[in-house]
Amino acid sequence: MGKEIFYFLVFPGLIFSGVIGGILSWIDRKITARVQFRQGPPFFQPLYDFVKLLAKETIIPSRGSATTFVLAPVFALFGASISAVFILLPILGVETGFAGDLIVIIYLLNIPSLTFIIGALASGNPLAAVGASREMKLILSYEVPFLLVLISIIIKAGMTINLAEIIEYQAANGAFIGSLSGIIGFITIIMCIQAKLGLVPFDMAEGEGEICDGVIIESSGSILAMFKLTKYIMLFILPALITGLFMSGLSFVGINILWSILKIFAVLLLITLIRNTNPRVRIKQAMKFFWVWMNLFAIISIILAIFGL
Amino acid sequence: MGKKTIVPIGPYHPLLEEPEFFKLYCDGETVVDMEWETGYNHRGIEKICESKTFEQVFYVVERICGICSTSHPFAYANAVESIADVDIPLRAKLIRSIVGELERIHSHLLWVGLAGHFLGYNTLFMWAWKYREPVLDMFEIITGNRNSYAMFTIGGVRRDITAEQATQLIKVLDDVKVKTDLLVGAVMDDPVIHARLKGVGVLTAKDIHDFGAVGPTARASGVKIDVRRDDPYAAYDMLDWKVITAQGGGVFAKAEVRLLEMYESISMIKQCLEFLKKEEPGDIKVKVKDIPPGTGIGHAEAPRGEVFHFVKSDGGNSPIRHKIRAPSYTCIPTFRKSCIGGTISDAAIATAAVDPCYCCTERMTQVYDHRTGKRMMNAVELIKLSQQKTDEIRKKLKVKL
Repeated sequence: MGKEIFYFLVFPGLIFSGVIGGILSWIDRKITARVQFRQGPPFFQPLYDFVKLLAKETIIPSRGSATTFVLAPVFALFGASISAVFILLPILGVETGFAGDLIVIIYLLNIPSLTFIIGALASGNPLAAVGASREMKLILSYEVPFLLVLISIIIKAGMTINLAEIIEYQAANGAFIGSLSGIIGFITIIMCIQAKLGLVPFDMAEGEGEICDGVIIESSGSILAMFKLTKYIMLFILPALITGLFMSGLSFVGINILWSILKIFAVLLLITLIRNTNPRVRIKQAMKFFWVWMNLFAIISIILAIFGL
Repeated sequence: MGKKTIVPIGPYHPLLEEPEFFKLYCDGETVVDMEWETGYNHRGIEKICESKTFEQVFYVVERICGICSTSHPFAYANAVESIADVDIPLRAKLIRSIVGELERIHSHLLWVGLAGHFLGYNTLFMWAWKYREPVLDMFEIITGNRNSYAMFTIGGVRRDITAEQATQLIKVLDDVKVKTDLLVGAVMDDPVIHARLKGVGVLTAKDIHDFGAVGPTARASGVKIDVRRDDPYAAYDMLDWKVITAQGGGVFAKAEVRLLEMYESISMIKQCLEFLKKEEPGDIKVKVKDIPPGTGIGHAEAPRGEVFHFVKSDGGNSPIRHKIRAPSYTCIPTFRKSCIGGTISDAAIATAAVDPCYCCTERMTQVYDHRTGKRMMNAVELIKLSQQKTDEIRKKLKVKL
């Protein structure tokens, strides 16, 4: 029992992925700033943000449901931390996990988005409601191509649903990103990740200029801090999942540590550049994009994977 | 129709730089109706102007709007000079046109940036504003101020443009032109921007006539109106330029008009500088002794459209009536046409597309009793009402002061 709690709270769960996620969010903000001719925040800014928010007053809207509103960020944080445990243990090579853990990961990764929706609806704010409905539509759109890409990976890895085995298979036979179906799958999943993280061009659930941060408009103080921490964690574990699925995972032994950092950094750079070179699209356009183009890409990836390409 | 939700944009909202309130009645994501409220920012400029001398009014109207802070003095100068019937020196005309066009460049760059920001495209926002900086620096060199230039006076301008300043200005303009090419490329060739902006907030030529919209808003719908061409003032009749129009009437067309107008402005300033070079250094203003009784009308093409000033003089040293109509006053009602039927995302960018300037638009309402004809809600009553409300809130929150 002690080991599981350690996994959940310290490594690789809450604290570890929170800290790494904070660093990654700093890198993301710094790159964004440099692209936009700005100076960018100091290194400890994510920490400052988090601590400052904890000290601030938490306002609970009187119109909404207080219990749900307060519990939503807690569940978001739990969901993110547990997904971090399930994703990072096999990817870092600490434990192998169990057969079918990929399916559990798919479910767990949805918890933060769902809690964002629940929290937004519990706040009773019309703008938050608009944001929540957009987030719901977004989940409906990106979830299908995401699953289809995973199916293509499962086929490529010889019909195994175990993340550790997928990584082992890549270690033996070369990373999936080197193959044609792998590249197509990678493009698709990067788009899905962009939507999962709520970044431009798929940040319509928070669209600042339209609905003033939408789903988190009523959050303040420690509630907002928990949402922020959830986002930091997601910013680490989703790129980590991609490295596991396409680039044979991460490792912290010897020279591999540099190689691992490079992999995460490359994925993060890609995400950051996409978010800095695109305007926000309409929710309808996003749905069309995922349902038509990304599904098509994912299906092509599956067909290629069946033929072993 | 399902249940309608009210989505508020304003009075304080990241979309608006100024306090303004738009009520969007939404059915899901679709906007089915909208209302707008002004009056959060009323400053009583027209009344203040009546208590200032003709000279001082320049510096009051300059502060109506921080962005188009030359267009109001421009229109006011035209109005006052039409009362006094003065013909200003050529040099002053050229300098006025240079400042006016330079302002158009900086205002359009600002708009491109803001439009990018509203679309979540913050890189475009930062880049456009960075490229705007040299223009503001140029303002500082020419007029002494980055904003609120205090350049105009009755009968001319207050500062001359020297030969060194002119060379510097040409250098900056060449640089701005390169940067404009870049921005035009970033906006016109981006497939995502095309998908996002094409066919959004469309206004037909008929809508423009119905609402009386002016400026780039009208020109983007193919309506060729521009005060600089229709009723040339300052040096505009000496210059070779064309009125930029676009077809389509959507947000994209408005962006197109503004971006292409920047090229025209650059070329116009260069032509003005050529004329200045040929001109012998001489007077930049004529002395106007007093303003005779009479009325004067002046208008100028601000970056957002036609600015209209009406000034009435009784021969004294200050206007007895000063009426101002800013372009946003006619452009803002078009929102009812451009936003209703679209989605909330489209409404946000469609409202921003006319580049509304709310502080130019603010109007005051006076309430009169229907039967007695007595004025209600005067200053004393309003202050009383406000104190009453504050007391109520205090009582409710149990706060003592």
